Amino acid sequence: MFQVRIHGRGGQGVVTAAEMLSIAAFEEGRHAQAFPSFGSERTGAPVVAFCRISDREIRTREPIVEADAVIIQDPTLLHQIAVFAGLKPEGYVLLNSRHSLEELGLGEFADAHEKGHFFSLPATEIGIRHIGRPIPNIPLLAGFAALSGLIRLESVIGAINARFKGKVASGNIAAAEEAYRLVKEASC
Amino acid sequence: MLKQIEGSKAVAEAVALCRPEVICAYPISPQTHIVEALGEMVKSQRLSPCEYINVESEFAAMSVSIGASAAGARAYTATASQGLLFMTEAVYNAAGLGLPIVMTVANRAIGAPINIWNDHSDSLSQRDSGWMQLFAENNQEAVDLHIQAFRLAEELSMPIMVCMDGYILTHAFERVDIPSQEEVDAYLPPFEPRQVLDPSEPITIGAMVGPEAFMEVKYLAHAKQMQAIERIPELASEFRSVFGRENGGLVRTYRVEDAETVIVAMGSVIGTIKDVVDEMRDEGHRIGVLTIVSYRPFPLEQVRSALLHCKRFLVLEKSLAVGMGGILATDVRMAVTGAGLMGYTAIAGLGGRPIFKSQLHPLFRQAEKEELPPVTFLDLDWEAVNRQLERERQTRRSGPVAENILHDKGIVSAKFG
Repeated sequence: MFQVRIHGRGGQGVVTAAEMLSIAAFEEGRHAQAFPSFGSERTGAPVVAFCRISDREIRTREPIVEADAVIIQDPTLLHQIAVFAGLKPEGYVLLNSRHSLEELGLGEFADAHEKGHFFSLPATEIGIRHIGRPIPNIPLLAGFAALSGLIRLESVIGAINARFKGKVASGNIAAAEEAYRLVKEASC
Repeated sequence: MLKQIEGSKAVAEAVALCRPEVICAYPISPQTHIVEALGEMVKSQRLSPCEYINVESEFAAMSVSIGASAAGARAYTATASQGLLFMTEAVYNAAGLGLPIVMTVANRAIGAPINIWNDHSDSLSQRDSGWMQLFAENNQEAVDLHIQAFRLAEELSMPIMVCMDGYILTHAFERVDIPSQEEVDAYLPPFEPRQVLDPSEPITIGAMVGPEAFMEVKYLAHAKQMQAIERIPELASEFRSVFGRENGGLVRTYRVEDAETVIVAMGSVIGTIKDVVDEMRDEGHRIGVLTIVSYRPFPLEQVRSALLHCKRFLVLEKSLAVGMGGILATDVRMAVTGAGLMGYTAIAGLGGRPIFKSQLHPLFRQAEKEELPPVTFLDLDWEAVNRQLERERQTRRSGPVAENILHDKGIVSAKFG
């Protein structure tokens, strides 16, 4: 079982991201369970959502304690929430920032983990460019697909088409493709 | 058709497939997504004919459901928590009048302190209202129970609550097989009311009943639930033959053959418990699970025969009878009266407190060794409790309990794990 925790703020599409990740996994024939942190979410307040992916039926309902991956949609949360709690040593971290991991003071922390498993992606900028709004969730999902290899870009696009229509869908697909390419190129 | 779908949306799809004719709705978390989705289906005429009535309160939601059902319409509503309490008088009336309304309860704690998260206090507070209560383990079962509930309710002319854990199920995206309209139509015949308000054949419903007849009317409500004990397994088995899936029934067992210790619970926590039981079985522990699907009627005989061959049982419940202990545990212990079993109660998950496998492992092992007190409060912060008790000893004006505990714990937002 692969367990993903997504941190962000109300309004950034954190819950939507977890749901769409589960749809992408479902499109690949896998079992997936996405759920929010059940808070009374408000715009700007810290929000957490979870997604489990497995080849077998997922029965457990506990919140994700040990994470195989953490996606952080807002880097200001680094100072507010224990976003890396329970991250496995071989776990993945994808952070939304236009600054490098070193600039964010995460260089040493990343070095202590498996090489190439940490990535900083300017997802807000990608979102603004393609969707016209500072929503980083879809670019991060595509970036996560590239970083972890857990799901295919086509499945992320499938989940986008399941959720959105018309210009919103095509903008999100373009954003996903760019994010996927960026992460792939950097990890080559 | 297999879909990756939110629990609330899946339930809305299932309810729509049951062709309700009147849906009354008043929003309250965590139930709101269900009636919102149904509202969209009625507006787009995907669900037709159906009248969708926005009401001003939960009291009105149940009152309108009563009126609709009495007029011969298949009626549906959904609620949770304080919403269920607010409609309580009408809830009892629906059962007392024998009206087969189906209501989803997205189980949520009851305040004060105000809390929007999951436990079973709300529907269990309506234990004696005369409504049947069926608990879903996952979203597939929530879907399947709604279809079975309309059939059972209308056959017996008694209302049913389909209970699903708020947020944990209602807001979870998971794989659900949504049946086809043909399958549901083959299973669920059109509503044939036992009583109907019809201007061309006027009757009254809701007579004043004095001491000379009240007990008989009440007994008949009990008799209906005893009939349900017979019908629930039959309807589940008929469901399996139409839909090819096993869901519903009175109780379910998991790995209880040769089990010395059996964990008894209801709702979504069963999934987590099954995982722990598998892990413990791998280590050689003789442990199993008894799932209560039908809380009302309570299947005394089935619970007894499921537990009779174990040595001890632990009822893990998301509810608390303040001043007494467990609510579900009381019924389970009643079922095994005289059987000489050790019985334990664990109160867990109140107000959405997450239940972790890492907590269940030691709890189940303690039960196995018969080292538990009669009632355990899982993950209770004794330091916080004792600090407040001490404060109350020290100062008369100790202030509001909830605010004190929050302050002591330094809480600014809900914990996530």
